[in-house]
Amino acid sequence: MLIGAASTVVFALALWAFVVNTPGWARVQDSFFDLDTAVAAFPRVAEGFLVNLRILAFSVVGVAVVATLIAFLRTLRGAVFFPLRVLATAYTDVFRGTPLIIVLFLIGFGVPGLLQTRISTELLGTVALVVTYSAYVSEVIRAGIEGVHPSQRMGARALGLSHAQTLRLVVLPQAIRRQAPPLMNDFVAMQKDVGLVSVLGVVDAVRGAQIETAKYADFTPYIVAAVLFVLLAIPTIRLTDWITARLRDREQMGSVV
Amino acid sequence: MSRTLTHRVLPRIAATAGVLALAAGLAGCQPADSGASSDYVTDGKLTIATGEPAYYPYVIDDAPESGEGFEAAVAYAIAEQLGFAAEDVVWVRTGFDAAIAPGPKDFDFNLQQYTVTPEREESVDFSSTYYSADQAVITIDGSAAADATSIADLKDLLIGAATGTTSLTAVEEIIAPTAGAQVFNSNDDAKLALESGQVDAIVVDVPTAFYITGVELDGGLILGSLPEVEGATDEWGALLAKDSPLTDEVSAAIDALREDGTLDALVAEWLGADAGVPALQ
Repeated sequence: MLIGAASTVVFALALWAFVVNTPGWARVQDSFFDLDTAVAAFPRVAEGFLVNLRILAFSVVGVAVVATLIAFLRTLRGAVFFPLRVLATAYTDVFRGTPLIIVLFLIGFGVPGLLQTRISTELLGTVALVVTYSAYVSEVIRAGIEGVHPSQRMGARALGLSHAQTLRLVVLPQAIRRQAPPLMNDFVAMQKDVGLVSVLGVVDAVRGAQIETAKYADFTPYIVAAVLFVLLAIPTIRLTDWITARLRDREQMGSVV
Repeated sequence: MSRTLTHRVLPRIAATAGVLALAAGLAGCQPADSGASSDYVTDGKLTIATGEPAYYPYVIDDAPESGEGFEAAVAYAIAEQLGFAAEDVVWVRTGFDAAIAPGPKDFDFNLQQYTVTPEREESVDFSSTYYSADQAVITIDGSAAADATSIADLKDLLIGAATGTTSLTAVEEIIAPTAGAQVFNSNDDAKLALESGQVDAIVVDVPTAFYITGVELDGGLILGSLPEVEGATDEWGALLAKDSPLTDEVSAAIDALREDGTLDALVAEWLGADAGVPALQ
């Protein structure tokens, strides 16, 4: 504990000495870490961050529903379900391959033009995010479903459960628990990608930071936005660690090498 | 000595000490003072930066080397005042953020419709101003803003503007829409939103307004120009690195061009359509 603390202090001092002695440090400090600009930019960045949180909340729910549905379609057995399986596969291929920003442009500007009606930009942004991220998350869930040991499914059959009941009562709970770390990974990634919704015109934290940067010709507002995002991500990451540890205790008798 | 000490601990201590020494050594290194051999980025050449892409009517066809377009023409006029031939002018492209980043710049000055503001002057240098632009509100047939005749009519509508522009400041402070301004990455995206009905009107510079409504939009309308924002003059200047040695020379060149009427002639030639935008109250 003492050695850990001493080692940290020495390392931090060495890093600090290195950075502060680089030739351009004074200008970079002014340009990236200016306290006055940070304080002036904070209201707009924080207000934009609330937009991020709102879109994130709705996207998470949307992704959970759509991804489970796509994973379910992909794991259907039987020749009669072939078209559904193919459609689900095509969906994951297309939306994992297309960059999110292109999907945002197509949905954000194309759909209102197509329907000739105005649609809230936050809604369009949420739809684009849900559509893209469920492609990724459905693959994670499918891997989880296929990773559950066949004995579980056979046991369920022996008890007389139908395919849908097996999935709901036996396979999915295990699959989701097993896939908790990759799922949380995708959740943290989505928190940051919400920022891209700003291309549609709604002012979120990153766009707010961009406006303030242009106003002051100073990059500090970006650092402010980054700090807010990290503060949002840290509880999620710690939650993941805790869930994984609990899973390890419960299913693997706490085995850590 | 114990085997663990010689084979495990000492090598690790030596390695750590080595890394720290290396770091300290690198930190202590300062680059040799290069001396002011030349104020210009490239000796004998004038390096001018503009936007990527550069828009009409400031640069025609995104080709500033041709000298066509208001800012391209002003750039070559400044070059002549500073004693450079047209062949010695080199063009580079930057975005807004690259121009204000700390560190050595790859241009001598940057012409990109930059508005001079006191906040920006703390981080960069501006030359004397070469143009003063008004902001105009434009819309499209069938939009809710098509019948607007005053600024109050626009208050409840969705108004768009590009980020980091005086147009955005004008929307937020003069129109002050109840839903807040809709902010886009560029005028192109704002125009796209206008076409798909996601915003009712957008605000751009007057010369750009003429180009967008005349050439790019089907059924585009200019509603009128906006009054100036309090305390902001919306004058454009060339942007230079903070404390650049060239600021005074470039400012003197622009002042000379203004005094002998060259600037007015260039405005008339490239931005002549300016005349005749009604003012919105």
